[in-house]
Amino acid sequence: MSRLSQYFSAGRTSGKHTMPFVVILLALTAFACLSNLLLPADSVFHVSTYSITLLGKYLCYAMLALAVDIIWGYCGILSLGHGAFFALGGYAMGMYLMRQIGDRGVYGNPNLPDFMIFLGWKQLPWFWHGMDHFWLAMIMVVLVPGLLAFVFGWLAFRSRVTGVYLSIMTQALTYALMLAFFRNEMGFGGNNGLTDFKDILGFDLQSDHTRVALFAITGVILALLFVISQKILSSRFGKVILAIRDAEARSRFIGYRTDHYKVWLFVFSAVIAGIAGALYVPQVGIINPGEFSPINSIEMVIWVAVGGRGTLIGAIIGALLVNYAKTRFTAIMPDAWLFALGAMFVLVTLYLPKGLVGVYAQLMSKRGSKTPPTPPANTTASVKESNA
Amino acid sequence: MRHLLAFFCCLFGLLAPLAQGAESDTTANQPPANIAPLVLDLTQAKLNKLLPILKQLEAVSDESMVPLFHAMMNGDLYFIKANRQLVVATEESGQRLYKGLYSHAMMPSISEDDLKKIRVNNRLRGYLRNAIARVHLTAASPDVREAAVRELLAHLDKDTITTLERLYPNEPNKKVKETMGLALAMNTASQTNLPDSTRIAAIDRLSTSLENDVRNTLTTLTYQDNPAIKSAAQTALKHIAQRVERFNFLNQLFFGLSLGSVLLLASIGLAITFGVMGVINMAHGEMIMLGAYTTYVVQLMMPNYIDYSIWVAIPAAFLVSGSVGVLIERLVIRHLHGRPLETLLATFGISLILQQLVRTIFSPLNRQVSSPSWMSGSWEINPVFSLTLNRLYILAFSLLVFLVLVMVLKKTSLGLNVRAVSQNRNMAKAMGVRTAWVDAMTFGLGSGIAGIAGVALSQLTNVGPNLGQDYIINSFMVVVFGGVGNLLGTLVAAFSLGIATKFLEPITGAVLSAILVLVFIILFIQKRPKGLFPQKGRAAE
Repeated sequence: MSRLSQYFSAGRTSGKHTMPFVVILLALTAFACLSNLLLPADSVFHVSTYSITLLGKYLCYAMLALAVDIIWGYCGILSLGHGAFFALGGYAMGMYLMRQIGDRGVYGNPNLPDFMIFLGWKQLPWFWHGMDHFWLAMIMVVLVPGLLAFVFGWLAFRSRVTGVYLSIMTQALTYALMLAFFRNEMGFGGNNGLTDFKDILGFDLQSDHTRVALFAITGVILALLFVISQKILSSRFGKVILAIRDAEARSRFIGYRTDHYKVWLFVFSAVIAGIAGALYVPQVGIINPGEFSPINSIEMVIWVAVGGRGTLIGAIIGALLVNYAKTRFTAIMPDAWLFALGAMFVLVTLYLPKGLVGVYAQLMSKRGSKTPPTPPANTTASVKESNA
Repeated sequence: MRHLLAFFCCLFGLLAPLAQGAESDTTANQPPANIAPLVLDLTQAKLNKLLPILKQLEAVSDESMVPLFHAMMNGDLYFIKANRQLVVATEESGQRLYKGLYSHAMMPSISEDDLKKIRVNNRLRGYLRNAIARVHLTAASPDVREAAVRELLAHLDKDTITTLERLYPNEPNKKVKETMGLALAMNTASQTNLPDSTRIAAIDRLSTSLENDVRNTLTTLTYQDNPAIKSAAQTALKHIAQRVERFNFLNQLFFGLSLGSVLLLASIGLAITFGVMGVINMAHGEMIMLGAYTTYVVQLMMPNYIDYSIWVAIPAAFLVSGSVGVLIERLVIRHLHGRPLETLLATFGISLILQQLVRTIFSPLNRQVSSPSWMSGSWEINPVFSLTLNRLYILAFSLLVFLVLVMVLKKTSLGLNVRAVSQNRNMAKAMGVRTAWVDAMTFGLGSGIAGIAGVALSQLTNVGPNLGQDYIINSFMVVVFGGVGNLLGTLVAAFSLGIATKFLEPITGAVLSAILVLVFIILFIQKRPKGLFPQKGRAAE
């Protein structure tokens, strides 16, 4: 019973942090935008366009971490294949951007993207039709990852594939997709992927204003998805999800169709990942099959683990910190990054099971008067039980 | 002045032996006396007069003729204008050098201006090629004779047939005789002036062969006007095509089994750590990689004994990977007991560290591991079906490793303890089994076997830091597909996945077949989450 009340209070406390976090996030986004646009380039507070794009990339990663945390931290499903949903969303956006190039490509063909002419294709494959409409591309960004997650989740959760098996299956899924997208015959540019984008909705992708706008949109959407996720997870639906994480068999016996809950949460998470991918591609300027590689998907998991899973704020903070560290590390000593990342995996799992947010909560409780209940991040019990 | 004189003396002293050397070179570079006049003719005759001279030379029918013919065929034969001696041009490290045809000694003093080339045209080249083969027909080694007959099959001419007819009755080796008979039958079948019955008999004889040239001959025969010959040739071709089909099937099967053996080796260690212990080791692929790099290092340490290095590499790889495995178990996995997802993440971190470590030590480039000589080459069963020896050995090796592992688990006290701990940890502990020790040993065993797999893989593919990554997902698939905790299931799964992949490959292409197999397993696991051979009874939990 005490555990149960702990969960209720957990939901409330994270709700308490929601508004300040959103405000800080939006304020920082606005500050970065304005300082780029208004302040002169030599000002101390000026944020260069390069940094804006970099920050935009981090925010996309944060969104992705949010998606991973929703299913891992709150439902105990460790997906090692979220990169697949991210990349699919990215490819949908990439296809739209590719069609926007029109006849400005190297071969100057208004109907076919460069790589298709290069491969000797005569006409557009059926799945490229209509991708020059922004609205259709945006529907695809949501639909394709969502549908894949639905089919996969429906199959997996219905036959009660859980724990490690599910993780390996998701990894196999993204691996299979990577192999598939590397093939030229797939019609997605093969090895090189989609790149050389020119503009989005008529705005030049290279111009500072577009870049700042994209960054601002990413920030706003991240805040929006954060609030929506928070609402969903603290609703009745979210309570059941938590119950499934901690005792799936028990929740099933009580009468919940746990597989349905899991499938819909999985789809929701995949859609977030897809949106993150769609925002990522115009800012980075390329999407290729490397995004599907299993190592990318597993790196997302460590962002969440570092930040603290089971807390949405933790996932976002983790993604921002780890990626900032990655940028710095790879600039100073590129070889050391994989050592650092590997060590992070080991040390965080061994010594920081609750992540940085957990450490913060511990510090607060040590210092303090009242103990703020830390959100439980321990899925051990759930995994054991669901395997049984 | 005196100094200058001394200098000249010295110079002469230095040059004298050189001049002498050149002199002795030219004296040794004389053809045997019996052919000397012919060789002299060779240097004097016009291009269109060369053929009769070559025929006379061939009539001597001696293997000593082969180097001359060879050099001439390749257009490397020259003679020295001054003394009409034959020399061969060779290319060494980008420099053109000349070698005495008979003395085999380098002639550094000779330059291009002193030489004249013995010219050759296509007709002569064709003649020379056959002549070399014909000379080889009388060689002492049956293998050389066999190869010579095969070489001749492609372009049979009158001279060749006469030679073959002469040699056929006296040929002692059965296999060579058979091939010679084939060549004669090819000739008989193509002769339009012979009676049909003789020709059809020859065609029947041809229908038992799988040689490419035989098929070409038969195909040309199907275009002839003679209806009896035409239909006989068609039947023969059909018969051959059926046999080729059968051997192609066997070929695919062999490649499937070979891929299966690789999968088995890669996943069998995982079947121990994941299947029996229930520990997810994402660094398993890196254990394979360490084994492969151990092979490389062992070869570096004993460069003169490549043939034996593999016998050192196998135990060395077992020890290296095994001890790294024990280390990982003691330092990390032990602390994460009962938390499979955390174990997965931590071991993944270890795999990143190990990869980067290897990249730092050995460079990110692939390293070449050479195969021992007894493993290279292939076992040619017939012209359309041959088994590469290294794949054959690895197939046998994988089965051997499997058997040894099963024996270790069944017959040794370690195996007994491992099984006890995997079935009921607490009970085993209560009975006095040192579970911590057993865990470490099991993990070491699984990792060590992965190291051995690395030795085998290093014989098939390049050794690079990503070697393990290429196999990890497939290994997990094999173990899950076969049923966790079941070594026999792993065996069956590895071979069935290998064969399925290779049989899909010609239809769909290599990448798509890999994808299809992956998708199949993903769907299969949804249907039967416990794999092909689920554990039953208490162990199943």
